[in-house]
Amino acid sequence: MTTLQKLTMVGERLLRDQLLDVLRRHGVSGWTITLAEGEGSRGVRASEWAGRNVQIDTLVSRETADAILEEVSERFFEDWALIAYTVEARVLRGDKYLS
Amino acid sequence: MEALADNLLSPVVLCFALGIAARLLRSDLSIPEPVYQGLSIYLLLAIGLKGGSALAVASPAEVALPAAMTLLAGVLTPVSAFYIMRRFGRLDATDSAAVAAHYGSVSVVTFLAAGEAVRRAGHAGEDFLPALVAVLEVPGIIVALLFAGSQASGSWKRALHEVATGKSIVLLAGGLLIGMVAGPGRLEGVQPFFTSAFQGALCLFMIELGLATGRRLRDLRHTGARLVVLGCLLPLFHGALGVVMGTLAGLSTGGAAVFGAMVGSASYIAAPAAVRVALPKANPACYLTLALGVTFPFNLAIGVPLFLKLASLLQNS
Repeated sequence: MTTLQKLTMVGERLLRDQLLDVLRRHGVSGWTITLAEGEGSRGVRASEWAGRNVQIDTLVSRETADAILEEVSERFFEDWALIAYTVEARVLRGDKYLS
Repeated sequence: MEALADNLLSPVVLCFALGIAARLLRSDLSIPEPVYQGLSIYLLLAIGLKGGSALAVASPAEVALPAAMTLLAGVLTPVSAFYIMRRFGRLDATDSAAVAAHYGSVSVVTFLAAGEAVRRAGHAGEDFLPALVAVLEVPGIIVALLFAGSQASGSWKRALHEVATGKSIVLLAGGLLIGMVAGPGRLEGVQPFFTSAFQGALCLFMIELGLATGRRLRDLRHTGARLVVLGCLLPLFHGALGVVMGTLAGLSTGGAAVFGAMVGSASYIAAPAAVRVALPKANPACYLTLALGVTFPFNLAIGVPLFLKLASLLQNS
């Protein structure tokens, strides 16, 4: 078993492509996207028409997770509804996720 | 007065009211997302096809002047909305530009409801009007974003992409093109599907819009009376302008009334997404509440019958 970070980001639907771009640029090769609903400090969503929020989960090394979190917080936290966090995950076939 | 009452009793308006009431009563009614996405695809493609098949048989001269007027309206309305919001609404430049983008663009459902109201009053709009909706959708958003200029901290490129490739413009323009290329004859096969269920689908869609509006009504308290009043005056001003421009362009009474409703309406499908991307600092509670919570119900209940009245007065003088 390898210990990796499960990085989770939940944000406005309109951020989807930009978040995936960030992941790609940091060498992440796979992720899982789910539609999510919820409430938060921002309340109103301009993207109500664009659909529900998206949740993006991916498994990465600690360094990659830190780098992604830093970029995401700088670019999006001020103006967008977005949360991001990591939790430790014990993963089978760990090499698969380390680029 | 009678026209106002008759308008309020149409199934389309009543379904909208049902949606609002359900939200206020905290009913568990909701239109599932795939269903209303499906309904919006159906409605947009249907009006695109209808407009396209009309374009196929219309003479270019007949459409050219109304199309030019539409472009002119698309440039004028965001400018007036921006200055009115800045001067009387006391909004900052970013929020004013965000609101202006919504009022510069067009609400397809207001267009449909106006078409319905006009038909029930015994008039008929020109069949090529959906083509004008497609023309009116985009320019207003771009003009309004120009006002934000340096304040636009978001991405211009991404915003333009969002406007130009949004599902509403793709379906509307795509439907127009298909209708035009195929022509009325070849469309006969699909016509029953796209026309006979149209009114019913619109009613279902209105329930969802009512639910969304009901959510916005709660935000009215934070928006303030000043903006609510402007949200009613702006569509009257733009709508009257639209009726005059439509009449000058040679549209019929019904056509000019529908054109007025188009120009007086505020987009809440194409514009919010583009504005969110281009002006992330603008307050969504402000522009969405105005477009969906104030102007849309105002036009539906009061604006449309007034535009029809004005159009027939102008036509007879």
